[in-house]
Amino acid sequence: MLKDAFSATIKYMQIMDENGNIDQQLMPHDLDEKRLVEFYKMMNLARNLDAKALSLQRQGKLATYAPLVGEEATQIGSAMAMGEKDFAVPSFRQHGVYIARGLTLEQFFVYWRGYEEGASIDKKLNMTPVIVPVSTQMPHAAGIAFAKKYMKEDSAVVAYVGDGGTSEGDFYEAINFAGVFKVPLVVIIENNGWAISMPRSEQTAAATLAQKAIAAGIDSIQVDGNDVLAVYKATKDAIKSAKEGKPYVIECLTYRLGMHTTSDDPAKYREDAEVEAWKKRDPILRLGNYLRQKGLWDDSMESSMMDEQLRSIDQALEKAEQFKPNPDSIFENVYSFMSEALEEQMKNADYSNYWQ
Amino acid sequence: MAMLNMVQAINNALDLLMAEDRNVVLLGEDIGKDGGVFRVTDGLIEKYSKDRVIDTPLAESSIIGASIGMAIAGLKPIPEIQFAGFMYLGYSQIVNHAARYRSRTRSNVTLPMVIRTPVSGGVKTLEHHSESPEAEYSHVGGLVVVEPSTPYDAKGLLTSAVHGKDPVLFLEPTKLYRLFKQEVPEEMFEVPIGKANVLREGDDLTIITYGTMVNVVEKALEKKPGVSAEVVDLRTINPLDEETIVESSRKTGKVMIVHEAPLSFGVGAEVSAIISEKAIYEIDAPIMRVTSPSLPYPMPGYENYYIPNEKKVLEAIDELLKM
Ligand SMILES: Cc1ncc(C[n+]2csc(CCOP(=O)(O)OP(=O)(O)O)c2C)c(N)n1
Ligand SMILES: [Mg+2]
Repeated sequence: MLKDAFSATIKYMQIMDENGNIDQQLMPHDLDEKRLVEFYKMMNLARNLDAKALSLQRQGKLATYAPLVGEEATQIGSAMAMGEKDFAVPSFRQHGVYIARGLTLEQFFVYWRGYEEGASIDKKLNMTPVIVPVSTQMPHAAGIAFAKKYMKEDSAVVAYVGDGGTSEGDFYEAINFAGVFKVPLVVIIENNGWAISMPRSEQTAAATLAQKAIAAGIDSIQVDGNDVLAVYKATKDAIKSAKEGKPYVIECLTYRLGMHTTSDDPAKYREDAEVEAWKKRDPILRLGNYLRQKGLWDDSMESSMMDEQLRSIDQALEKAEQFKPNPDSIFENVYSFMSEALEEQMKNADYSNYWQ
Repeated sequence: MAMLNMVQAINNALDLLMAEDRNVVLLGEDIGKDGGVFRVTDGLIEKYSKDRVIDTPLAESSIIGASIGMAIAGLKPIPEIQFAGFMYLGYSQIVNHAARYRSRTRSNVTLPMVIRTPVSGGVKTLEHHSESPEAEYSHVGGLVVVEPSTPYDAKGLLTSAVHGKDPVLFLEPTKLYRLFKQEVPEEMFEVPIGKANVLREGDDLTIITYGTMVNVVEKALEKKPGVSAEVVDLRTINPLDEETIVESSRKTGKVMIVHEAPLSFGVGAEVSAIISEKAIYEIDAPIMRVTSPSLPYPMPGYENYYIPNEKKVLEAIDELLKM
């Protein structure tokens, strides 16, 4: 005998196409005009902040930096779908998620200028700090979701991972854990087409990344990651499902318009034509055009938004630049106690004044 | 002879090793088309094809684990882990398998493979890009751990490692990749593994060091022309060249160990124990360790407060000579 043991399909969702046409049947009801303008502003804030960070890095005022440009809809659409009590577990490129959930711009700068104080995030914001080792945050997300369920909190966890990150064991282990224990976990795969120099097509032989969820026994969908409406709806629905005991994976198809990090040179491995083609699918332009067509946005609103955002970014930077590192803090925060070894090392360090 | 920096010297060694033996293959993240994030493997995919310079998926456990499999089947894999901080995702493969396959099969299955990875800091990188994990891997037993401090040593040690029969961890200090150039022979040559290099001879004290700190020690000593220091560059962390360590300690009677890795449970502790066991009655001052403090590598804004610098080495020399 030979019969189908199992079969599955992966759906793709787009709500607003490149020309601003809306699929009314899919349009989320809770999105009024005010919300759409908020999305637009937040996507712009993310991009403006990103551009500032890049230019600072070029002036030697920031450590290595991973730009988000091009991925605003995926980050903002998903973050805006979360409630305050939901919990975000980003990776290292999700600056938009952090600021949309209330991280101050000042703290963003403190982190990327190279200080742990920037990773000390107000607990009320319900999110973990930047995680650099790819995909290692994923099991944490599953564990946080487990705890939320255990404590009967009305909270889902939204975790972010890149296309490359879905190759790591930690990714599979996390979604498998979530499936087994039916924890409220939503995984956003921010598929930006590249993992440094590795194109998505060479990262895995799987046709979609969303289908990886099938093996973990959990639901998934692929969405246009440059369509903020589709990302918003998919995340909103997934959070609801996750809270009902059905974890969810959302693959967002977006594109890394910039370099991997400021240490990277994409000219080594990818064609400009590909980048140019994706620029035409810019997520901010798409929503902006729609808002203008609807009479909700115009040039003067655009320029006052820009002025305001650039000003607040500059003010935040100014504050961040005033941050004075305290060398003792590297010794004082290792344990809940001060070990004899550290005590001696700290004393010796200060006494000898080596530390310049 | 050619003037090469460490990146070029390693690239050149890999090139010669691949030309010599078609069973030598390279694998890792971004090592092919991109030429490696530090460009160490630049140009090799063009020369040896993507069958031998393999861009892998982003998954360290499979990079190390598949290399082990390749070695079992007769290839000579040289996996690259993009930064030592990410090697932990393949740690189980290294410690559970690479380190003990030989001993648990009574040398029936051996794993000639060389894992290359950048280590140490001082270059203002992101978190997890600056670790100095040599002691962790040396502690396991079964892994040869090598760390060059010059382009010449990098080429010669890598060649010996690939020619050898053991799993080798080849640690490349990122800070030294492009810090300076040096005359390096164009042809293939070996620098022996397990032998330290006495960089300069002296009578007042012995400074035992390796990796990033070799340069710091040398710079410090330039400011102390009156001090006759013997400087030993370990080159190989495991196995240690006990003979050179003990001989030099006996000769000067005063020993300082300088490394970038944290103090506690580190290479300095091991070297110090060896000297205590074999020459305690012949040295005349406590053995001194100049290292980073006993805590995880901090973010770049704090790294200057963490890594030992010239000033720290100079003050330690004064202190030791007073004893
Ligand atoms: C475990 C681990 N391996 C390697 C790296 C080096 N590295 C940083 S980002 C990256 C690519 C990540 O690609 P992807 O998951 O698609 O995320 P993206 O950078 O595109 O946002 C690599 C290889 C790392 N940070 N962590
Ligand atoms: Mg990616």
